[in-house]
Order: sequence, then C-alpha cells, then structure tokens
Amino acid sequence: MTTRIFGSGIKRREDPRLITGEARYTDDIKLPGVLHMAVVRSPYAHANILSIDSSAAEAMEGVVAVYTSEDIGDGLAGLPTAWLIPDSDLKTPEHPALAKGKVRYVGDGVAIVLADDRYRAQDAADAVVVEYEELPAVIDPEEAAGEGAPLIHDDVEGNIAFTWAPFDEEASNAAFEAADVVVSERILQQRLLPTAMEPRSAMAQYNAATEELTLWCTSQNPHIHRFIISAVTGLNENKVRVIAPEVGGGFGSKIPCYPDEALVSWAAIKLGVPVKWTETRSENYLITIHGRDHVQHVEMAASNDGKILGVRATVYAGMGGYLSTAAPGIPTILHGLLYVGPYTIDSVYCKSIGVMTNGTPTDAYRGAGRPEATFLLERMVDNVAREIGMDPAELRRRNLIPAFEDGHDVAAGLTYDSGDYPAAFEKALDMAGYGDFRRQQKSAEAEGRYLGIGVTAYTEMCGLGPSQVAGAVGFQGGLWESATVRVTPTGKVQALIGASPHGQGSETTLAQIIADELGFPVDDIEVIHGDTTETPMGWGTYGSRTTPVTGAALAQASRKLKDKARALAAHLMEANVDDIEYADGSFSVKGSPDQAQSIQDVALMAHLAWNMPEGMDPGFEESQFYDPPNFVYPFGTHIAIVEVHAETGEIDLQRYIAVDDCGPQINPEIVAGQIHGGVVQGVAQALCEGVVYDDNGQLLTGSMMDYCMPKADMFPNFELGETVTPSPHHPVGVKGVGETGTIASTPTVYNAVLDALAPLGVNQIDMPLTSAKVWSAIQDARS
Amino acid sequence: MWPNKFDYLRAGSVAEALASAADGGKFLAGGHSLLPAMKLRLDSPEQLIDIGRIPELQGISANGALTIGAAATHAEIAASSDVQTMCAALASACGQVGDQAVRNFGTIGGNIAHADPASDPPTVLVACGATVNIQGADGARSVAAQDFFIDLFETALEDGELITSLSLPNCSDCQCAYVKFPHPASRYAIVGVAVCLKMDGGSCAQADVAVGGATMKAVKCAGAEAALTGTTLDDAALSAAAEAVKADIADDLIGDIAYPEAYRQQMAGVFLKRAVAAAQG
Repeated sequence: MTTRIFGSGIKRREDPRLITGEARYTDDIKLPGVLHMAVVRSPYAHANILSIDSSAAEAMEGVVAVYTSEDIGDGLAGLPTAWLIPDSDLKTPEHPALAKGKVRYVGDGVAIVLADDRYRAQDAADAVVVEYEELPAVIDPEEAAGEGAPLIHDDVEGNIAFTWAPFDEEASNAAFEAADVVVSERILQQRLLPTAMEPRSAMAQYNAATEELTLWCTSQNPHIHRFIISAVTGLNENKVRVIAPEVGGGFGSKIPCYPDEALVSWAAIKLGVPVKWTETRSENYLITIHGRDHVQHVEMAASNDGKILGVRATVYAGMGGYLSTAAPGIPTILHGLLYVGPYTIDSVYCKSIGVMTNGTPTDAYRGAGRPEATFLLERMVDNVAREIGMDPAELRRRNLIPAFEDGHDVAAGLTYDSGDYPAAFEKALDMAGYGDFRRQQKSAEAEGRYLGIGVTAYTEMCGLGPSQVAGAVGFQGGLWESATVRVTPTGKVQALIGASPHGQGSETTLAQIIADELGFPVDDIEVIHGDTTETPMGWGTYGSRTTPVTGAALAQASRKLKDKARALAAHLMEANVDDIEYADGSFSVKGSPDQAQSIQDVALMAHLAWNMPEGMDPGFEESQFYDPPNFVYPFGTHIAIVEVHAETGEIDLQRYIAVDDCGPQINPEIVAGQIHGGVVQGVAQALCEGVVYDDNGQLLTGSMMDYCMPKADMFPNFELGETVTPSPHHPVGVKGVGETGTIASTPTVYNAVLDALAPLGVNQIDMPLTSAKVWSAIQDARS
Repeated sequence: MWPNKFDYLRAGSVAEALASAADGGKFLAGGHSLLPAMKLRLDSPEQLIDIGRIPELQGISANGALTIGAAATHAEIAASSDVQTMCAALASACGQVGDQAVRNFGTIGGNIAHADPASDPPTVLVACGATVNIQGADGARSVAAQDFFIDLFETALEDGELITSLSLPNCSDCQCAYVKFPHPASRYAIVGVAVCLKMDGGSCAQADVAVGGATMKAVKCAGAEAALTGTTLDDAALSAAAEAVKADIADDLIGDIAYPEAYRQQMAGVFLKRAVAAAQG
C-alpha cells in the first residue's frame, strides 16, 4: 500500500533555495546600465509644497535627472483605488505618484532622483531643497472625522471617504431594546506594520522599439500589477510584463500598486534605461501600507441566561493620506460580514466610516478586516459573560451554531459552507484542561498569583471568492483563478498558475494536489508562478485563497488530463474506457492487471500522437478556470493561558492551544507552519506591536528598536489540534488556513490577560498590552 | 542604509590611530553603534579609523586586578574565565548585549565610548568601580567609570582621544550580579541593575549599586547602598533599598514611548531586589 501524497507532511520544496540564499529576489536582478531611483520624501505629515529646488542635486556627479510631479505631468495617471464599495458614498481622492502641491503623510513622495549609483542617488535626494508650509495634522481616525479636523483632501468633505452601513438599523435597535443586558466597549485596533522580511523593490526596463515594459517587483499579484501599471502608464496591457521573482513575504503589504512601481516604470520609459528602486527598512515602515487602525464603539446585547441577541458597532477606520488599492473593502466587506462569527446571533449592525488621516495609507494586512471583527466579537462575549456572571466558555458553548454540512445562512448575509464548531470547541477545551485550569487559577489567586485563560471560537471567510460576489461588493476584478497542467513528453509536469505565492509553501502544496490526482511523483511536478507572460491570468495570492481557488483549478485541470489519459490508455490497450482501472498513476484493464499503461507512458503517447483515438487532440496539457461558488469558512477554537506578574506588569504566555479546521490537510506540516506564523503575528498585536505617531504625525516607531516585532522566546510550544470538516463545494474539500492564526489569536491572548487581571479590578487596556500599560492599569485599579 | 561617502583607514597601532585622528574622523572598532547611525545618516564622519585590529587594544589579563583591552569583544568578555571569576556581573552584562552576532563584533571600548544610556556594560563598570584608561596626543590618563559617563551619549573623552583599556578591581570575594529588564523591541535595558556586595558573615559589609537603562547614564546609587550596608539583606532592607534606589535615580530618569520614566523608576526597585537575589544565588 502506498502512502497518499495528499495529507503527507513532506518538506517544503521552496526551502533549500531560501535557506541557502540561492533564491533570486527583485533586488538581486542586475541589469547593465541601470539607474537607481531615490525618492525625496516629505518630512511633514501635512504640508503645502511651496517650492522645490533641484538645481544642486542635478549638478551632482552621477545624477541623470531629478523629476517632480510637474515633470511627470500627465505621463502617469493617479493610482487607482480598486475596491469601490457600493452604497457608501465613496470618494476616491486623487493619488498622484508624486505629490502635487501638498503632502499628506510623512514619506509622501515629492521628487525622484535618478543616478548611476544608489549612494549618489541618496546624496542627491538629500540635496533637493523643498520648502514646505506645515499644516495641522490628524492621525486618530475618530478625531479626523470630527468637527474642526484639518481637511486632508478638498474633495473629501469632513475627511469621510465612505460610510458603509448595509444592515437594518431599526431591527438592530429593537433587538438591543429587548435585551436584558447590553455591554459596550471602545476598542482600539492599533495600526500595525506588516514587516515582510524582504522590503519592497521594483525595477523597470523599457524597449522603445517594441514598446514593451518589463517590471520586476515585489508583488503578491503580478497580473493585477500589470493591469494597474498599464492603466497608469497608458501602455497596452499586452505590452506590459510584470514579474514577481522570489518574494519574501507580504502579509498583504505587496498587494497594492504603489507610487514607486509607477515611478520606476515612468522613468524607465522616459530615459530609455532600466531603473531600480529598493526601499530601506525605514522607508518600509514609513510608506508601505499599515494594517488595522480602527476606533470601534461596540455593543453586545444578551439575555440574562446567556443568549447572545445582537452585536453592533460604529467603526472609524483610518485610511491614511490616500486610499490604497483595496483599502475601502477591508473595514467593510471583509469586516462587518463577520459579525456573527460562529454564533447564533440574529441581529447585526455595522456602520463603518472610512476616514482620511495623515497617517501612512492602510490596506490589507494578514486577516484584513476579519481579525478586527473577531476581536470585537470575542471581547464582547467575555464582557457579557462577566456581566451576567457566567463562565465565558459556557456562554460560548450555549451560542455556537450547531454542526452543518452543506450551507448555513447567518444574519450578516453570508452562507457558511460547513462547520462543526462545537467539536473543535470541545476538543480545544479538553486539550487545555479547562475545568482543571479554573481550579488552579483559584488556588493561584489565593497565593497572589494571577493566571488567566482566554478562549476564542471563530470562523472566517476566505478563499476569495465568487466573482459575482466580487462584482456585487465593488471589487474591481474577478476572484477566480486559472491554471495549466502541462506534461512534457518525458512525463514531467509544469503547473502554471496565475496566483503568486510568496512564502506560503504553495509550490509544495499545489504539487501534492496534482500528484494526488494524476499519480506523478511529487518531485516531478514544478509549480511556476509570478510572471505575467509565462503564466495564465490570475488575481493573486491573498485572502487565504491560493490553495482553495488555484488548488481547485489544478485539481480540475488534472481531472481533465486524467479523463484524457484514461481514454488514451483504453485505446492503446484496445479496451473499453469503462473497463479501465486507475491506481497510483497506472491505468490497467479490469481483469488483466499485467497489462498497464503508466501516466508517463500515456503522456508520451499523447505527445507522439502516433496512435490516437478518433477525435482526440494530441498533447498532454489542460487548463482550467475556476470561479468558486462560495467562500470557504475555516473555523476552530484557540485557547491561551497566561500569568500576569503584578509587580512588573509582565505577561508570561504559558500555553497556547489551537484547534483549527481547514478541511482535509494537504500538508499538515505546512498547515502547522501557517498556524504558528499566524498565531505569532496575532499574539504580537495583543502584546507588543503597535504604531505610534506623535501629534504632528511623525512616526515614532520607525524602526525595530521601537516597533516591537515578536521574538521566538515570547512563545511556548504551540499545542495544535485539528478537526476535519470538508468544504462541500470544493473539489478536494479544502479551506484556507493562512490567516486563521492571526484572526483567532489576538482576542485569545487579550482575553486571557484580562481574565487574569479581573481579580485586580482591571477591565480594559488598549493594545498592545505592554508591561508598562498593564502595571499602570493595576496601579489605577488599586488606587 | 546608504551612508554618506567616507574614507577608511586601518590603523596598525595606537600611535598611528591618534596621529590619523588629528585630521578628524571617527574611530571604528566593532561598528555596531557607529555604522547603524551612519546608515541612517544620523552620523556622517568623513573618515573612519579602524582600530579594531590594533594589537595593543586586544586581550584580557588578570594580574591581581582585571585589565580588559578596549577592542575585546562582548563575546570574549562574557566567555573569559578571568572575568567570570573577578567580575561575574560584567561577564553577565556583556553576555546580554544584543545577540550573538553583535557580541562577536561589538567591543567594550566602542560600547562605552558610544555611551548609550540603555547599554548593559556601563552599569556594571560604574557599580564595580572600573577605571577607563585613555590615550591622547598629549599622553595617557585614567578616569573612574563613574566620572567617565556624563550624559546621554556623552563621555569624558576629548576629541582625538582613544580608550585603550579598562581596569577593574578584583571582585572575586564579592557577590556581584547584573540583572536586566530587556525592552521587548530592542532588548536594550528598560532598566538594568548591577550590585556588588561584600559580605561579612551574614552581614553586608559593603554594597555597590548602579542603575542604567532607566537613566541618562549609569548612576551610582548611594541611597540604596546605604540601605543595604550593615544589614543581613532581609526583606525589610531590600524594601528600603528598593525605595532608596528610586530616589537615587530620580533626577536622571529617561523614558520612551512605551516605557515611561515613572514605570522605569518603579522597576528599578523591583530589579534591585532581583539583582541582590541573583548576587546571593
């Protein structure tokens, strides 16, 4: 009996090149004659540009040109916002590649310098003299939406870019009025820095004779980048080739099309030589999108016996100085539709107000809208539990949606695909020893030690998603994927995909799907991605969608090939197709197992085409477009156990239990890796990460000296468990798992800490829960 | 990331380094403080004089007292059995600087010349009564560590002077320790406390205490020392010392966006107790 490759935790085939430094990133690509671009960036968060004097810079050795927005003129269109949420009175202020007359956040580009050397480019950038008239700045989104806030864009009245409130407010009010208990909290979802290991980089080369532009860039979605670069440069899309070579992580920050990518393209066209730009880490923190940034006013209604009746929130979502590519969709579609979570809540209301501020633009960051929803929901469940005096785990148990296999409609308007929330929940509680812990907690408290436990039950929507839904919610693209499975005459496989993985291990996972469907050894399968000329169209890697959507396309393309192989094998063995049996990559005739054709034999014969059945085309290659009929909804329960040291405010994360259900696991090691990384990022939001600006909009957390990235020694060994509930609508039943850890872990750890602090009378602390804040909260509660 | 243009010169001797410094420029040893500042263009020396390989600045010797060459790396000091014996707190502090790669490159001389208030070794040097040996164009001089550190990133070094070595008294009959509350982001000290205790039977005959991280420079804490001296280091003495240390550092406190002065001041008391416990451990 052979071991099935689907479900096997084989090593990631990406890792040897990554670990040995042989991977080739954008900045590793060297072109002769390349010019280096440095960007003169605004030191002010909000200012009028009075004058720009580049004469000294232009005279410096090695400097080829200095350009401002005036020089670009109409050579570059403004960067588009590509998620136009409907019924929200959305304003899309112009986002020029270089500021026109006004800067709107620290780091906003004012001029570019092109020089023959990166150092000289920087020297010259420092020599560009810009005279500014500083204007009052505003960072807090709620404040920016208030009276008297400085106006950031003349055409965005009151700084309000959109107001999205699709639910029935009257019905929500009625539910709240009828409730025994209403709890409320003002929750700050602090700004976060995505901090991909590889900073962003872009290099463009233009061939004037063929009018072709090649752009190498750090992209999660090269086909979307091609689309946008074509739109902003005016080049025909077929003349633009975007290549995302090795990309060192993104977490959403490499979805948007940024000014820098447009600028290298424009300069390469203008000057006729290649132009490269690679950001520094300081630039990365200033100008690459930030995540989260919500001020949420949340309420939950419940009955005294623990029935959750409704949740409602008004959310001020900071957009920053401009609307980034997908920004409007994040605090709306990907947020408010998740307000029911895994619970039987009949009433939801969300009013999400997108507010322009003088911060760096925000956009999708791992989880994108769903962590912010899950946090508020889980926080409020704990608040209700405390209010009515019920154990928070018991309150969750009473409100979980019972198991369902094929569709469940919820009040937020979604139809969940499948779920068995109680099974994952009880498994996690068992793993944690919940009842025992509560007893230990009591005895510890008697000794003056403060232990706490946090439990999060979650589900989330990912595998984005049906294109019809994308259209209905204003996403300016489809959300299908396409893939080609191409088998060479010698029986080796090239799988070409439109998605663009950048560290997830998808080259391994997707190869396992193909190997499982067709019987090729997994090592004979190569997954090719990232080049718009080599690969078929796709919408990219984000929203935990590559395995669910691209994986489905590959499974279906493989099945087409298998049908062809079966028919050809039957023909070659002079048997009836219905008599062909398939096992482990071999086709045989029922009853004569000694007569067989391997998949490799069949591939060769299909290529040779010496003896094809009537009507069968030669070759061994199939393509598939796959538009998912629904999102997929992974789910699970996470539990954290912490001890808070009252003397210092330090938090010791002692145990972390995660039970996740992403359907059948193609590669359990990769699933575990995704959960580990996601949990670390989510816990970091709870405990240590957070952007801080001063009142003038200066970024104070501008380096890792102040912005606290999580460290390995902050974490215990994670205790993972799983349940397996296939998605009913997916060819191989799988759901996404790239974001679940981030979505579930922030409230889990936050609630654990607040549970520990409950005996001390502390009810709320803004994230991140630094020791200084925890200690101060304890002092305040005592005094 | 992209420093300004600079010249680079590797000096073969202290004399050559000093002569070169007459033309301006900065000394480069491990580069773990200077180069990051240059990459951010916060510092733009026209010339770097690399002193990292000068033979006279190398090595650690124990001859009644400890002498540590200015170019000794944190890793060398942390691993030195002489330092572990004669000033365990310094070995411990150097072992907590940065990460292993930083410790392999960063030098003690560069560290104290930079005088980062959140750095670990200065706190121990002040507590343990170290002397900084300095060479200049006009000759050599020695300065007590306590007088060497003047303010944030400010020392008694004059332009063109070079630290050649550190001298430390033999503290092998003391109980000494350095305990640090690391900043979660940078792992620099939110507060670091060094104690050096001379015990006479069960009683503390002499206590030397210094606090860094929470302060503009490493501060010798006379109040805490007095509160410990002559006691059996019982709970009452520790509590009194914890209170006293907060007063000792009250005029020198610093904070940052995440860990304000008041918090660091309180934590100095907590970590003083921990340092005494570690020293006795």
